[in-house]
Order: sequence, then structure tokens, then C-alpha cells
Amino acid sequence: MLGKDLLGLYDASAEDITLILDTAVGMKKLLTQNLKKLPHLQGRTVTTLFYENSTRTRCSFELAAKYLGAGTVNISASSSSVQKGETLIDTGKTLDAMKNDVIVIRHPMGGAPHLLAKNVKASVVNGGDGMNEHPTQALLDFYTMREKFGSFKGLKVAILGDIKHSRVAKSNLFGLTKLGAEVCMYSPATLMPQGIDRLGAKIARSREEALAGANVVMGLRIQLERMHGGLFPSLSEYAKYYGVSEEHLKYADKDCIVMHPGPVNRGVEFTTGVIDGENSEINEQVLNGVAVRMALLFLLCKNRQGGSENA
Amino acid sequence: MAEERILMDAAAIGRTLVRLSHEVVEKNKGTDGLCLIGVKRRGEIVARRIAGLIKKGYGAEIPCAGIDIGMYRDDLVSGYFVPDARVNRLGFAVDGKKVVLCDDVLHTGRTVRAAIEAIFDLGRPASVRLLVLVDRGGRQMPVSADLVGKNIPTASSEFIDVRLAEIEGEDSLGISRASE
Repeated sequence: MLGKDLLGLYDASAEDITLILDTAVGMKKLLTQNLKKLPHLQGRTVTTLFYENSTRTRCSFELAAKYLGAGTVNISASSSSVQKGETLIDTGKTLDAMKNDVIVIRHPMGGAPHLLAKNVKASVVNGGDGMNEHPTQALLDFYTMREKFGSFKGLKVAILGDIKHSRVAKSNLFGLTKLGAEVCMYSPATLMPQGIDRLGAKIARSREEALAGANVVMGLRIQLERMHGGLFPSLSEYAKYYGVSEEHLKYADKDCIVMHPGPVNRGVEFTTGVIDGENSEINEQVLNGVAVRMALLFLLCKNRQGGSENA
Repeated sequence: MAEERILMDAAAIGRTLVRLSHEVVEKNKGTDGLCLIGVKRRGEIVARRIAGLIKKGYGAEIPCAGIDIGMYRDDLVSGYFVPDARVNRLGFAVDGKKVVLCDDVLHTGRTVRAAIEAIFDLGRPASVRLLVLVDRGGRQMPVSADLVGKNIPTASSEFIDVRLAEIEGEDSLGISRASE
């Protein structure tokens, strides 16, 4: 069973992942019918503690918490005591003292959520830590795949783009290998992390090889903000040799789905035709993200029931 | 489940529903402003049957709809489950209407409480009356039915089994006891 926190999928079991996805099915049904007000998290507080910019993850968590009746607080590093030099642990303890139930943290350093989780009583959810993991994004990707294909057995997932800097790629890899899917990665050699093949990924030698027969084509954003130059000559050269156009999509399975965790650099990872094409599930992913996060918050708070003071 | 005793057969249920349909009109002094709302799923069937009988007996078309109370249950938080609910669209407004809330079995009264809340989320009716096919006692809420098909006092270990033609293919009502 799911523990106090969700820090990554590296340590999660296939059963945990399946439990979250199963719970999300009911949540999505309520969401799509506009039946959004559930009472399960009434009287609880979910805080988003973001040391990095975010649109969809933060908004998605906040809405998920609100739809379940929880109160939400947003803290961004740029406008908090972090600017005055407060440490992560001290910030966490302060939030704990105010009786927070769940802290969703995004941090530029890998492992920051783990450090926080060890020092607070609240449940900690990793909303992305550096280049390490982004478990809820991967979970919503799994939900989208399962909804489309029914199961993960034998599914071929091609991940293209900036794999080195992508936490989404790693969470997807850890989860998908546990669920029985095959993950194939392709990127410029400078953006491919060393040793990723030992974690279960197959590294393709060409764009065509990566896409051949793929059921899922996932693009990852080129994270210029994490690069300090020199990893590839230019964005247009990247787009030409590594980007995916409708022409390239023909190598993939004809019923494949196109996914992207966003934000998309239009014309870099994918051409506009691919992003807005009929295979694209990019907007559906965003909806699924709210359902999956509702399910996760629901399950974490359910586990807290016994120990929580207001339960 | 141990053996079941049949308390009402199809003819008895039919007669009871006819009587209830007349009582609805009698209590309401006519059919003006009347509407029937059944608790999904069996209550909706009861409501539709009553609406059909009123049309036959009085020639009046009464607005009739089912209501899903999933989102209004009081055990969502304690039971920690996600309701399999549908959004309520009655197809008519309840504001100022004299609502007759219909269900098959009245027991604890919790369903009725939830249904009243669901109705008031849709508007402000002039009145809400409660019609049930069976009142089995065992109330946990301050609720009583205005129109009762049959009073069957039961123990909490007993089950009232309502079968309706729309779902089970036959009309009948039985009582059974939980086996070890």
C-alpha cells in the first residue's frame, strides 16, 4: 500500500501505481460530468511549495485539492522567506506547525522532496525535483496510455527529446518497466544520460528506429534553462535532425498516441501538425492530470486518517 | 441467504401502486404543480409507474425524473470511496413545485436525507412529500413517509428484496434473513 509520501516511482510498486490509476477512473468520471465537489478532503490543507516555475502542475494540484474540498495554500520561492535564506527543512517545519496535511514540492535539486519528507509529519508529494523524478506527470501519462490501450503489456513507448534534463523521462521509465511496457529513447548523445540503458531503457540509434511500431510517441521539452550551452548547435538543427513531424509519425503504429508533458516548444520537439493532429492526446493529458492528482491526494489522506489529529 | 418469504406478488404490488397513485392526487387536491422524483434506481421506477397510473386515471401528464444521490451520501468521507454518480438533470424545474419523492424501501432515512439535499441543490420546491413502496422501520433520521405502500416491521438482520419488472423481469416483494 501507498505510504505517507509519494516521492518517486523508483520505489513505487506496480500495485501502488495501479491503485492510483484505478481510483483516478472514478475521479475522471466525476470531472467530465462537472460533478466536481467531493467532501473527502474537507478540513484538510494542501500546500504547494514551488521553488521552480510551473503552470499546469501547480494549477492541477490546486484544483484537484479544491475539487475534494481541501483548503489550498501556494508558496513560491520568489515571494517567500526562502529569499531571506530560510532552509528547506525550516520551511517544512513551519508548514508542519501550521497543520498542513499535504505538501507538494517542486525543487531544482534532485532529492529535495526526500529530505523534506524525512523532516515533516505532512505527506510530501514530489511535484518535480531537478532532473530526478516527476511522478505525478508519469502517473497521468500512464493513465492516458491505459485509457487508450487498456494495458501496458507489450506497449512500445518511444521517448524523444531532452532526456538528460527530464525528470518526466525518468519517472516514466521507472514506472513503465514495472508495468510491463517497453521504453525506447532517442536524443542527441549529449542529451542522453549515461547508464540509462541499465535502468531498463532501450536506446535507439536513429529517429526512425525509435519510432518504428511505437504505440506511444512522447516528446520532451528541450530545457534550455538547465543547459549551459554547447549541448547541440541550435534549436533549428535539433528540430531538423531530432524533431518529429507528421512524416516521421508514419514510422509509428498507425493508432499511436502523441504525448508531451508540456510546455511544448512548437516546431522543436514536434511540429504543429503533430501537436494538434488527431493522434495527439496532449490536452487529454492535462485533464487526466487533475483526475490522477485527485486520486493521489485522496489515497494519501485516506492513509493519514488514523494518525491525523483532525480525523 | 436463507429461504425467502414472498410478501407481495405482482398483483398485490400493482394494486398498491394504484392506491398510492390515487393518494398522491388526493393529498395534493389535484394534479396541479405536482412532480415526481424517484431515487435512482428503483425509486425512479416507482415514480414512473405512479406517473403512468396518474395519467391513466386523471389524464394529467406529471413531470417525472430520477435523481442520483451518490454525491450526497453521508458515508463518502467515513467510507472513503469515490461515488459512481451522475450529474442530476431532471428536465424540469423544481422551484415552486409540489415534489413527491419516491423510493422503494424506507429504512434508516439516510437516503431520504441525501435526496432532499440533492433536490434543494436543484431549486426550491414548495413542498416535498415522501412516497415509499415499503416502510420497514429502523429509522436513524427524523424522517417519516407521507404515503406508504406497505408497513413491514423488520429486524436489522432481515432483508427486504424488491424486484421490479424493469430490472428483474417480475414484480414481487420478499423478506429473507441473513445466513451465517
